[in-house]
Amino acid sequence: MEFFKIRRDIPFMRNALAFNAVSLITFLAAVFFLFSRGLHLSVEFTGGTLMEVAYSQPADLTQARNAIAALGYADVQVQNFGTARDVLIRLPAVKGVSSAQQSEKVLGALKQADASAELRRTEFVGPQVGDELAADGLKALAFVVVGIVLYLAFRFEWKFAVAAIIANLHDVIIILGFFAFFQWEFSLPVLAAVLAVLGYSVNESVVIFDRIRENFRRFRKMDTVGIIDNAITSTISRTIITHGCTQLMVLSMLLFGGATLYYFALALTIGILFGIYSSVFVAAAIAMWLGIRREDLIKNVKKEGDPDDPNAGAVV
Amino acid sequence: MNRYPVWKYAIILIALLVGSLYTLPNFFGEAPAVQVSAAKSSVKVDTALQGRVEEALRAAGITPGLMQLEASTLKVRFDTTDQQLKAKDAIQRALAPNADEAPYVVALNLLSRSPQWLSALNAAPMYLGLDLRGGVHFMLQVDMPSALTKKAESLAGDLRSALREKSLRHAGINRNGQSIEVRFREAATAEAAQRLIQDQFPDLLTTTSPDAGDIKLTASLKPDAGRKVQEQALKQNITTLHNRINELGVAEPVIQQQGLDRIVVQLPGVQDTAKAKDILGRTATLEIRMVEDSSEARAAELGSGPVPFGTERFLERNGQAVIVKKQVILTGENLTDAQPGFDSQTQEAAVHLTLDAKGARIFRDVTRESVGKRMAILLFEKGKGEVVTAPVIRSEIGGGRVQISGRMSTVEANDVALLLRAGSLAAPMDIIEERTIGPSLGAENIAKGFNSVTWGFAAVAAFMCLYYMLFGLFSSIALGVNLLLLVAVLSMLQATLTLPGMAAMALVLGMAIDANVLINERVREELRNGASPQAAIHAGYERAWATILDSNVTTLIAGLALLAFGSGPVRGFAVVHCLGILTSMFSAVFFSRGLVNLWYGGQKRLQSVSIGTVWRAETSASSGDSSKGLNRP
Repeated sequence: MEFFKIRRDIPFMRNALAFNAVSLITFLAAVFFLFSRGLHLSVEFTGGTLMEVAYSQPADLTQARNAIAALGYADVQVQNFGTARDVLIRLPAVKGVSSAQQSEKVLGALKQADASAELRRTEFVGPQVGDELAADGLKALAFVVVGIVLYLAFRFEWKFAVAAIIANLHDVIIILGFFAFFQWEFSLPVLAAVLAVLGYSVNESVVIFDRIRENFRRFRKMDTVGIIDNAITSTISRTIITHGCTQLMVLSMLLFGGATLYYFALALTIGILFGIYSSVFVAAAIAMWLGIRREDLIKNVKKEGDPDDPNAGAVV
Repeated sequence: MNRYPVWKYAIILIALLVGSLYTLPNFFGEAPAVQVSAAKSSVKVDTALQGRVEEALRAAGITPGLMQLEASTLKVRFDTTDQQLKAKDAIQRALAPNADEAPYVVALNLLSRSPQWLSALNAAPMYLGLDLRGGVHFMLQVDMPSALTKKAESLAGDLRSALREKSLRHAGINRNGQSIEVRFREAATAEAAQRLIQDQFPDLLTTTSPDAGDIKLTASLKPDAGRKVQEQALKQNITTLHNRINELGVAEPVIQQQGLDRIVVQLPGVQDTAKAKDILGRTATLEIRMVEDSSEARAAELGSGPVPFGTERFLERNGQAVIVKKQVILTGENLTDAQPGFDSQTQEAAVHLTLDAKGARIFRDVTRESVGKRMAILLFEKGKGEVVTAPVIRSEIGGGRVQISGRMSTVEANDVALLLRAGSLAAPMDIIEERTIGPSLGAENIAKGFNSVTWGFAAVAAFMCLYYMLFGLFSSIALGVNLLLLVAVLSMLQATLTLPGMAAMALVLGMAIDANVLINERVREELRNGASPQAAIHAGYERAWATILDSNVTTLIAGLALLAFGSGPVRGFAVVHCLGILTSMFSAVFFSRGLVNLWYGGQKRLQSVSIGTVWRAETSASSGDSSKGLNRP
């Protein structure tokens, strides 16, 4: 089986401007949605109480909402979670009442309305802890960005590092934009998924850069644009197959992982899809515009007459 | 060129063996069990205890499964949960009939069914996090400023008595925040006081300043001493929590300090979460103060007059008001034990208190001076105080053993003793984070995680075999070995597995296949360019290695960041992620190459390798086409 029968180097870099324009537009759209709608942060970041209650039949949400409102909670979110029988209740933090008392009272009220209500889990996060978790999340992101830039600068060259980070942060912002647009719940596992995607996405760019470096060594006569095109073309099959396999795993998570892992898997899916786009088209294009040259990667310039015959290259 | 030396194969075999061995315990499932452990350090768990337990079970008609006696616990396995519950009751009745004085804690637990020889190798199943096991997780914040304030308050009292002893007259002592201010009329007395403080109170730092004609001496706690107070407060609270949790009968609770002022409590497998929260949520602090019995106080008690200066009004448990002085004589720190019992003379229900040396001395002094007066024992919960009991002091009480009796039933004596024991916190605590997972959700989460990993693995393996033929099969086997090693390492390290951790397993498998795809694609490319099969295999592995290393390092950086800054379930994700990357580097490259070398390495005149279609642009009938692939025009 062979999906990618590519006869010629696909001239990707000719359309570099178009690709980058598209990615810039999606980036701006994502930023716009982030600012206008904001992320729907989970209880872990905002503080408050979360309760998951299961009923034996499909739950009556209005009944539940009324029961809780009767206790004096005006701003309560009640929604289905996973199946029609599971209900997720979000209570804001109330001063002076411990979450233990809160959840017991609410459960009592719900049980009065429908005796089959069963508490499956509660989460309470004090506002201070919520702020700390948010700060830690940002620190983790900063750490990853700095770490990757340093590593790539060391292994390749600073222009590659910058190109890779710009392209892949663009990924991260797009995922956040999706979450802001659809108002999906942004929780700690989703943040973990975003950071994992960042690492994975840079992975892609590294494969292409590695190929570029090898091509610089091999094809003495080819110009930078040709080398980049060749690198992308040679690795496209590997890129798509790997992303396909990872997506298979993530699909399995989407289908079997249940409601808890749903948004996590969703973040991964978006990251994988846009990751191909950013790493293949955007990263290489930015590297090209930053002006990478053979001398950047090959420190010791060998004499002419290298045994590496430039003709032992890709099929034209 | 594609031969591995024997020692490399030896490494692979050892890795596989160790991996399988340490993964095995995870497949044995768990049996319901009862765990008996010592509630006090003076009580031992030994073979004599085992004998008693066996007898108790025989009397109840239950045959136990395996009995394991470890250093400080005795674990007994049963076949069904019914047996488990009946056994727990029987053992509890036999060993610890009086719940308040229980020398042993009898708890329900789930124990792995793995055989003895595996346990002897320290092979245990993975440690499941709360979201997979069900249970309760709390994070408590100790109110440190409050602890320091209380220390300042008690030091102020000590200072007052010290100054009185030395007959140094002062114009007033009061506590201002966390420092103590003493006013003096003359500079000489102020200096003498300063010297006295330096002698007797080495923890205090003193400064003098003139203040409206008087001299003001400000004493504050040295930063070192302040830190010590905080540490001690934290440790005291942890001990108190230990005692409270023992009452719940939870097996393997986790109580840990986190940072400078937080405590993490995890109670896995707790069935009655409401009761757990109730017992832990009681953050009470204890104080002993003198009751004010002037006529104004009595009027205030009845409600007809205002509360006199320097006193406070509290309610007793039966609703009566008591006016107590503001000065605190003793705090819960000095109380080491409280037990219900009976008065030796009147056979009335009483509570026996034991104080530590310092508390005993203070108590003796106070009772000597205040025979006939009333002393109040107060319990503060969330800033509101309640008088537990306010007995009359009949005589000087030395030796630190105090008996409180009178007007109490045995039930009340029990309750008071419990409250006093549970209430002796050095500083109040607040719950700032809580996670409760019901047991049914825990089992469901395991099933979901397991299914995701299994089906994803099957799908990827199937695709790889179809696309890359034999090399695909090798890659799939390598992926399986990756999973095996990952589970083995997690079991060995007893790292906590959470639901995001299982998701990380699935993700790791998806990323690990990247390495094999890189290698396979490279081999195909070399074949396409006309290299001989052996050379193609060699070149494929060599050239791909640098790329695999780079890409894995970048993913590892992300994993390390999450490990450093993550907490709770996200930390579980990070641990599995990082370990998975490391095992994938081993299995995808080293192990799969071992397989390939085993299969193809020996063949000197290798004509073709089964790697799926190696499509060439020029002609169709070229040598080197896969024997199993389709012939494409």
